[in-house]
Amino acid sequence: MATLTVIVVDGLIFAAVLFLLSIGLTLIFGVLRILNLAHGSIYALGGYMASFLVLKVLKLGYSAYWSYPMLLVGGMIAGLVAGPVIERLFLRRVYGRAEAIQLLLTFSILLILDDLMKILFGTQPIIVSEPYSLLGQFSLGRVTYPWYDVVLIAVSIVSGGLLVWIVRGTRFGKLIVSVITDREISVAMGINVGRMYMVSFTLGALCAALSGALIAPTIAVVPGVAVDVVVSSFAVIAIGGMGSLEGAALGALIVGVVRAVAIQLFPELELVMIYLIMVLVLMAKPAGLWGEAEVRRI
Amino acid sequence: MEVMRRWLAPVIASALFLAAPLAVPSWAVFVLTLALAKFMAVLAVALFLRGGLISFGHALFYGIGAYAVGFSIKWWGITDAVLLAPLGTLLGAGVAALVGLFMARYRGVFFAMLNLGVSMILYSALLKFYWVTSGTDGIGVRSPAFLGIVPPRELFQVIYYYFTLLLTGIVICAIYRFLASPVGYFLKAIGDNEVRIEYQGESVRRVMYLTYILSGALAGLGGVLAAFAVGHIVPEYAFWAQSGEFVFVAVLGGYGSVPGSLVGSIAFEFIRTYASKYMPEAWQTTLGVIMLFIILFLPGGLWTIYEAATGRGRRRPEGVSRG
Repeated sequence: MATLTVIVVDGLIFAAVLFLLSIGLTLIFGVLRILNLAHGSIYALGGYMASFLVLKVLKLGYSAYWSYPMLLVGGMIAGLVAGPVIERLFLRRVYGRAEAIQLLLTFSILLILDDLMKILFGTQPIIVSEPYSLLGQFSLGRVTYPWYDVVLIAVSIVSGGLLVWIVRGTRFGKLIVSVITDREISVAMGINVGRMYMVSFTLGALCAALSGALIAPTIAVVPGVAVDVVVSSFAVIAIGGMGSLEGAALGALIVGVVRAVAIQLFPELELVMIYLIMVLVLMAKPAGLWGEAEVRRI
Repeated sequence: MEVMRRWLAPVIASALFLAAPLAVPSWAVFVLTLALAKFMAVLAVALFLRGGLISFGHALFYGIGAYAVGFSIKWWGITDAVLLAPLGTLLGAGVAALVGLFMARYRGVFFAMLNLGVSMILYSALLKFYWVTSGTDGIGVRSPAFLGIVPPRELFQVIYYYFTLLLTGIVICAIYRFLASPVGYFLKAIGDNEVRIEYQGESVRRVMYLTYILSGALAGLGGVLAAFAVGHIVPEYAFWAQSGEFVFVAVLGGYGSVPGSLVGSIAFEFIRTYASKYMPEAWQTTLGVIMLFIILFLPGGLWTIYEAATGRGRRRPEGVSRG
């Protein structure tokens, strides 16, 4: 019974982070039609930036409660800087070019950011546990959980909800949908498509950086996580359907729970399980659980 | 005249490769051997690049080839390179035949990411099942025998270089044969228009599947050769960064051209020898910056410079066709 509780709660925690991370990736893919391989790097950047700021604040002697806003600020800085820079400088040059070229471009950015973070923040793991332990714990059966995990899930749901509201409920969202549906007509109607692309990419990057910042207190921030992260995040959006926000939620739940099961029962098979599920889903529904099948192009 | 034009460059290149050990110091022979070994894995990636597909996971087969050597030595004491080279090739092809069953269905980002994912699975298995694989400590590889004959120590490096060179020659001939076959031509067409391939009576999945098996065999052989050359096997053989290097060299060499990949592999290995000495912490950044530069400014890879210089270049608007 205790194992079941652990699996469910851990699964939810994993899913919350994966959800925030993956709606970013799926939004970027949906609008720009580019799979951002550097997504994991932006996540890591968010984690580093947040830990850096928290450590600074604690060192200056401020109350530990200041670390919470600092986490958010760190994530936001990383997302708001990395997003526009990557989109304006590099991605905009390869819109409409072959998919292989776009993949290579984001892969180059991944390589560059990977080293850059090692140079900026060092290769030693950075641990900031204050925000994690500050809120105390609660018990669920025989297992205790820190309240921070609840905060994590809440923030993730709120941010995800906010993004869904932006896309579905605002004028900006309607413009985005029109750009996704038909780029040329949108240009003809006077929509600034270039800016739409930049804002969408930045929103996506923001999601990645925020999820990195939120998870930072629960783990040691180490270099080299970028690829693991983007691989699981891709599994999430492939299972849910590329470009679908609901799909990202569903995929995150599935991958989160599968990961929790794997870690509890057979830790060696964590990645195998995630990929097995993904391959099974793709075999049954190539467009993902929530995706719509695309008509074949002739 | 036409015959001369066609054979001049290959003959000169072969002569240079054959004469190389006489002219260069022994560390350069080692780098050259390693470059030829990796060239095979680069070719595997380059094949798919011709069809506009990118695999970020061919280190999977490279790792399989390398560990085939490691386990053969550890478990059965087999060190014969003439025996292990085909074994690694077959193992690579076998695993590719298995993975290819579902990989042949996917294109674009799915192909790239599924390959990456599968190779990460092998990498984490190599790390986690350390009681079998020795984990990050890796497995030491003794100098190989050739058909039961163990060459004297001081001659080993040169003999192994010629062994690798011989296999490289065979592989290049085989690849040109493959690219001139119907499947080879259809592979290039995958990036242009899949539906028309079907109209011509060829199954796209068959083309993908056959190419995948061939690429697995190539990368497996590369892994075997690299394992003997380096003398030590670590899980990094199957790591994504290794796959990334293969992709990098294939792009550097001109999006899937065979001579380009060869030149690219050798240039890459030499550059790395120096770079790892002077700026080890910025190595990946260097790769990334060069790749960005090629993507944005040299759409046909470095090979375009050569083609432009010799007047052979047909102006290609895009190295990889729209997929």
